[in-house]
Amino acid sequence: MALSDPDRPHPESFLDAARAEGAGRRARGRLKIFLGASPGVGKTYAMLEEARVRQRSGIDVVAALIETHGRADTAGLLGYLEQLPRARIDYRGQTLGELDVDGLIARRPQLALIDEFAHTNVPGSRHPKRWQDVMEVLDAGIDVVTTLNIQHLESLNDAIAQITGVRVQETVPDEVLHSADQIELIDLPPEELIARLKDGKVYAAQQAGQALENFFTRGKLTALREMALRSVAGHVDADMLAYMREHAISGIWPAEERLLVCVNETGAGKALVRAGKRMAERMKIPWLAATVVTPRHEAMSPEARAGTMAALRLAETLGAEVAILRAESDVAGELLRFARERNVTRLVVGRPPPGPLLRRLPRLWREPVLDRLLNAAADIEITVLTPRAGALRRRALARRPLRPEWRAYGWACAAVAAASLAAWPAARWDAVPAGVLTVMYLSAVLVVGSRFGLGPSLAAGVLGFLTYNFLYTEPYYTFLVSGGSDIVSLSVFLLGAIFTGTLASRLKAQVEAMRASQARTETLYAFARRIASVTKADDVLWAAVAHIAKALDCHAIILTPDAAGTLQQVQGHPTIADDLDAKAEGAARWAFDKGEPAGTGTGTLPNSAWLFVPLATASHPFGVVGVRFRDPSRATDPDMRRLLLAVEDQVAVAIERNQLSDDLANARVAQESDRLRAALLNAVSHDLRTPLVSVIGATSALADGMDDLPDASRRELAQTALDEARRLDRTVQNLLDMTRLGHGALKPRRMAADLREIVGRVRADLERTLAHHTLRLVLPPDLPLLDVDPVLVGQVLANLLENAAKYAPAGTPITLEAGREGGHVRIAVSDRGPGIPEEQREAVFDLFHRAARGDSAPAGTGMGLAIVKGFVEAHGGSVAAGAGADGHGTRIVVTLPVARDAEDRP
Amino acid sequence: MSAPARILIVEDEAPIRRFLTIALGSAGHETLEADGGRKGLELAATRAPDLVILDLGLPDMDGRAVIAAIREWSRVPVLVLSVRDGEGDKIAALDAGADDYVTKPFATGELLARVRVLLRKQATSAEDAPEIAAGSLKVNLAARTVSRDGRDVKLTRKEFDVLALLARHAGRLVSHKQMLTDVWGPAHATDTHYLRIAIGHLRDKLGDDAADPRLIITEPGVGYRLQIIADRVSGAGG
Repeated sequence: MALSDPDRPHPESFLDAARAEGAGRRARGRLKIFLGASPGVGKTYAMLEEARVRQRSGIDVVAALIETHGRADTAGLLGYLEQLPRARIDYRGQTLGELDVDGLIARRPQLALIDEFAHTNVPGSRHPKRWQDVMEVLDAGIDVVTTLNIQHLESLNDAIAQITGVRVQETVPDEVLHSADQIELIDLPPEELIARLKDGKVYAAQQAGQALENFFTRGKLTALREMALRSVAGHVDADMLAYMREHAISGIWPAEERLLVCVNETGAGKALVRAGKRMAERMKIPWLAATVVTPRHEAMSPEARAGTMAALRLAETLGAEVAILRAESDVAGELLRFARERNVTRLVVGRPPPGPLLRRLPRLWREPVLDRLLNAAADIEITVLTPRAGALRRRALARRPLRPEWRAYGWACAAVAAASLAAWPAARWDAVPAGVLTVMYLSAVLVVGSRFGLGPSLAAGVLGFLTYNFLYTEPYYTFLVSGGSDIVSLSVFLLGAIFTGTLASRLKAQVEAMRASQARTETLYAFARRIASVTKADDVLWAAVAHIAKALDCHAIILTPDAAGTLQQVQGHPTIADDLDAKAEGAARWAFDKGEPAGTGTGTLPNSAWLFVPLATASHPFGVVGVRFRDPSRATDPDMRRLLLAVEDQVAVAIERNQLSDDLANARVAQESDRLRAALLNAVSHDLRTPLVSVIGATSALADGMDDLPDASRRELAQTALDEARRLDRTVQNLLDMTRLGHGALKPRRMAADLREIVGRVRADLERTLAHHTLRLVLPPDLPLLDVDPVLVGQVLANLLENAAKYAPAGTPITLEAGREGGHVRIAVSDRGPGIPEEQREAVFDLFHRAARGDSAPAGTGMGLAIVKGFVEAHGGSVAAGAGADGHGTRIVVTLPVARDAEDRP
Repeated sequence: MSAPARILIVEDEAPIRRFLTIALGSAGHETLEADGGRKGLELAATRAPDLVILDLGLPDMDGRAVIAAIREWSRVPVLVLSVRDGEGDKIAALDAGADDYVTKPFATGELLARVRVLLRKQATSAEDAPEIAAGSLKVNLAARTVSRDGRDVKLTRKEFDVLALLARHAGRLVSHKQMLTDVWGPAHATDTHYLRIAIGHLRDKLGDDAADPRLIITEPGVGYRLQIIADRVSGAGG
């Protein structure tokens, strides 16, 4: 990574600064740590003293959690401060007090005192570790002062365990210590500390003696003190280095040096990582941790794989950049490629422990990874560590299921037996050369190797060798070998068997790896296909839970927030979980709020049975996926995580797509109704204004020129004004009718009514409208009475006749026919107008159909037919438009109900 | 043209009052104007109008209450101005004692025709003429005979009673209720199908078509009216 301009600030320094500013010095609280070499040096006391000073300067301080350990002077100081009650957590019948994170955030002081940074919380708390609680408090924007003993620092864990002989379980990642804004070392010479201890200032008297013997020996304390001093000094140096990098001051770091810890499945990954971290710290260089996954990896025991992943996670918490590399077979090559790419100058590798004989055999012809690294990496300094991990290794081996192995060895025997069976007759036949028999046995080895892997294939090789020796070499039927050529051929056979077996087993591993990855890809494709075709968000979620549940063999649920913001289960496979406890709900909430996984296998609420992963689109989170495995260890399986993330991505994309298409549809609907509204406004204002123009024009002419106008003109003007005023009246009437229909205020006053009477009335009203057409009535004398509101039906007929008169050319007839049809009377109005195109015959009854078309057809809002439809349907009748009898013109057919007492009509 | 009369206009809209005054004045009538029900009642009591034109939608009083108040002491004809779709209001007004109605908006010709009929009715009921002529139709009330275009028409008793009632109120609206009560008796005030059948027979016998009526006009849901064709042509009253 050669920079052209060495004095230019390093790009990553911008990133660091941006992160620090962005993630927010603004919002995030400041962390101060009082660091001590051992208990009893007075960290808590120092912290309380500082709190008092800050309190006096007007800062709002709360003692969120202080352990006095019964020390009187500490308790005395504490008296001056406001104390936060502890959260009570029930655990195995005991009620224990822990830091009340929510209470503290709700209280929102400027500064909170939280003792014992490395403390492990009672199971059932939100976070397993108190330092995680502190992180949350800091995130909430509250400054925190805390205390820490050096032995709790993650990277020093091994070293201190060696010094003191006590392994501390409560550790804090180095990253966290380094992220502190201020570290203050509380230093006390060992002599003074021992004196304090003897005075009973640290522990109550009876405990003190024991502690003095075990822990507080002078030598141990000195070593610890040195470590604490060095560690603080390192922190100070790091601060200075950051400053120098930011300001492009060169020096100290000659070039971008990096250290790479290579983690493998030896089970000693964690120790390797801790060692690597210490080396990097000492050299003050960034460091990385990587592992190489090969097809063989797939076939390994879950324990070994989990060990590797745990080591990588540890590396991450210790501040390393972590990478998982993939290679077909050349592990060393891949490691070196990565190392060179990242400008790594130092490699830390573990020496593989001496394994069982079978595992070591391949080294006979294949160079071990370590050797390849040493040979190929002349430019990289390689440190080989020999961790003591034998115990773990043995345990891992012992746990392997035996039955399938034994079956495989059984098949190996069977294969050799089958080969012998086939070879026996062949050997009796002189035409068959002896080499063929060897090939038969080798075939058996090949088959076993490809089916059952290396061990069984080697077993088959050895067994085949013995059988061949027994049956086909002189002296026959003994395991003795007489001739030199036989010795050679047997040796060749054995080597061949081993080689084929290895090849075949490698092949098998690769095939299995491919099969596993293909299966993963296939299920993911299947899922993608399935959700691509669904259109509703609900269906996407259902497909997602079903897929997750099947692919991961788990119980899967999806929760989304309801209107009140509470997370509710919306989907579940096989069902919705009815046993979500408070812990699971808390984890779900956390995952949703923070956008990070929570629950089992994570750092938040790990003792919940469920694992929750947030579901988020690019813009905002919309829910969480919860999974519960039958086998809890799967929660940390990287494959599972990968699949879960992939599904989550697909779901988010599908949901986003749905949202977008919904938005689009809504926008379209809104646009359409806007268009309709505009059309209506246009039509109504047109229909109201046009007659008014004529009325005002004509009457103003009359008013102004009363005396000058000839009589004929006066009459014509008056007639125009009258006609137009009547048209206006009809429009207003239509608008009123439409409004009544729209509000459902229309209640027909039904009575037995004679259609002829209604027609008569309408005809009289429309005398002027129908003046240019001939109205032909076809009303049979036995037409039954209708059960209708005569006024409304009159309006229906008037609108139909008016419509016909409007479109039919002058002089053509308009026909009104009626006839009984079961319980209805069918009334048809036909004209010889232009007709209605078939595709519009339903639409003409829609409100403002004509208006929406925006054409220049004869005046009228197009409400007439909509009113017909509304009125007819209010009577339980129907209306339809069609072509006239001979295919020309329009024929509108209305059906209306017959009155019940209609039979008695004369 | 009917004799000059004093007509009271009770209407809250000034423009409508103005054109009514002009139209009625041009027909030779004297007009009184009231912009509310109370004022109208006061004028009706103090100025003894020959006819009252009453808007049903008044700001201060319900139109029906005005009619009822007038009817307490006077038989003066009342012509109601009603909005469309107000069939219920029209019937209620007629039941309260109104004599006819005109639906807004109306042409002045229509209004003047109604006014003429109502003013003439005063005269005919005073005379109690034995024979009533409506165009080609002649109804002899004393002899109980009917002829159309000079030809006698045989009617049943009920049919004649219905026709006679319409003829006595020629040109005027007769409500269903009034016809049923007068002809069949108060017990049958709601049996509109009696009326419908009788009207149907009457139309058949008189040669009138319900779908194109010339004699008996249907006011849907309200009542019937005997058309006076001659009236329109000559423009003269009885």
